[in-house]
Amino acid sequence: MKVLVPIKRVIDYNVKVRVKADNTNVDLANVKMAINPFCEIAVEEAVRLKEAGTATEVIAVSIGDKACQEQLRTALALGADRAIQIETDQNLDSLNVAKLLQKVVEEEQPQLVILGKQSIDSDNNQTGQMLAALTGLAQGTFASEVKVDGDKVNVTREVDGGLQTVALNLPAIVTTDLRLNEPRYASLPNIMKAKRKPLDVKAAADFGIDLSPRSTLLKVTPPSERQAGIVVETVDELVEKLKNEAKVIS
Amino acid sequence: MSILVFAEHDNNELKADTLKTVAAAQAIGGDIHLLVAGANCASVAEQAAKVNGVSKVLVADNAAYEHQLAENISLLVTELAADYEHIIATALTTGKNFMPRVAALLDVAQISDIIGVESADTFVRPIYAGNAIATVQSLDSKKVITVRSTGFDAVATDGNAEVVNIDKATDAGTSSHVSDELTVSERPDLGAASVVISGGRGMQNGDNFKLLEGIADKLGAAIGASRAAVDAGFVANDMQVGQTGKIVAPDLYIAVGISGAIQHLAGMKDSKVIVAINKDAEAPIFQVADYGIVGDLFDVLPELEAKL
Repeated sequence: MKVLVPIKRVIDYNVKVRVKADNTNVDLANVKMAINPFCEIAVEEAVRLKEAGTATEVIAVSIGDKACQEQLRTALALGADRAIQIETDQNLDSLNVAKLLQKVVEEEQPQLVILGKQSIDSDNNQTGQMLAALTGLAQGTFASEVKVDGDKVNVTREVDGGLQTVALNLPAIVTTDLRLNEPRYASLPNIMKAKRKPLDVKAAADFGIDLSPRSTLLKVTPPSERQAGIVVETVDELVEKLKNEAKVIS
Repeated sequence: MSILVFAEHDNNELKADTLKTVAAAQAIGGDIHLLVAGANCASVAEQAAKVNGVSKVLVADNAAYEHQLAENISLLVTELAADYEHIIATALTTGKNFMPRVAALLDVAQISDIIGVESADTFVRPIYAGNAIATVQSLDSKKVITVRSTGFDAVATDGNAEVVNIDKATDAGTSSHVSDELTVSERPDLGAASVVISGGRGMQNGDNFKLLEGIADKLGAAIGASRAAVDAGFVANDMQVGQTGKIVAPDLYIAVGISGAIQHLAGMKDSKVIVAINKDAEAPIFQVADYGIVGDLFDVLPELEAKL
């Protein structure tokens, strides 16, 4: 079966973002970018399905300007077979991303689409669910285990109170949580090999979808900073402060 | 203007977060209806009827909604959405799971995880793990919104709303529930507790989390963990506090052996009072803590338990 893995280029998770002085957005100039960590887990899971003989082909897809080819090459180095870039300069919201991915799903007919549960920039946690709704497919979000079983896939999900396992008819959409797997590092030979794997570029405008924005970003501000407090020397002093100064314990 | 709020519950109890989500709906303003979708959930409907600010409780009691599968719930909410301008759910795992489906089926965007309401179409939400705060104006006719409950104060529960049963059974037939493996704990819920004590990598192993239990018992606290502690296998993931785990804002948050990575701070920095216990005086957690103790947690914790 074919597995489709949509991925996103985002700020590297080790970088602390700064808000621009004019409060229009965050400053991403000259900031290190990387594949979104949850997307990397999605690629790894797809590649493992292929290694286990369950999947026959892994296709990575990303939407963005030419720079996102770098992350597609990363996915290819991790083991994806081919890649598709949907080219656009626009910063699309999740619904428009899901609509473009819906077209890719219609064309490629994958049995499984694995996405990251959220991107660490916009923190929306929407795209996978929206794609599932648009394609009419079942979804297993926040997955910590994925087991393909005949024409179904069992997905164990990380929910507020613990774990929930659901059975989904294939084809289905899965979004990854952190404990699904630990992604491998790409080896140098695989990075070299990835350069020769096919990468198709398609223009977003050619998909015939209205991609006009659904919301306006009015401003972006830094969060209110907490002031560092005091270091107390003893546990007695701490208990005294919590009782009499902060009044949070009695 | 009418607002539909999805009630979070487990077929027995209404989750306290729903009271905060209703507060967000009040900030938007309008006639507020609360939807209770579940199976054998009459007791939840009773509790929902008491939530202040709610004029009507819609009850969809059907086997199709027992496990709140996203496929089935989203069809129900999308059908009901015709009568509402705002459709709101709490940004917990159920709401996060089905709401984007509703948005896509209605062909509108979703505004996730709001912490503030500027007007009926303009909302405030954290981005980049809370390192930036965005103000977003929706251009859609219907607004599909999830609410981060820590951003709002709970409404009271001495109301008396009308309860209406709605006879629906939207079963998409594409998914089924297999099993639940839920953590059983005598302690309060992480999201609802007024005191949270969390352990990090400094705890060294899962057994040492017992050192937190005595203190938690004395303070009526919930026990949390950093991602480092979860990744190291010390404790289960449902205890994780942070960008990708639970977001908490208790009156008192005690961080033990947690260095304070930005992803962890994203989940707890809105707590009223933060205490840090760490042997590394340079740990970033001290930059957000109101009170810090630089010391070995294995010395500090037993002493703290004894002195509370």
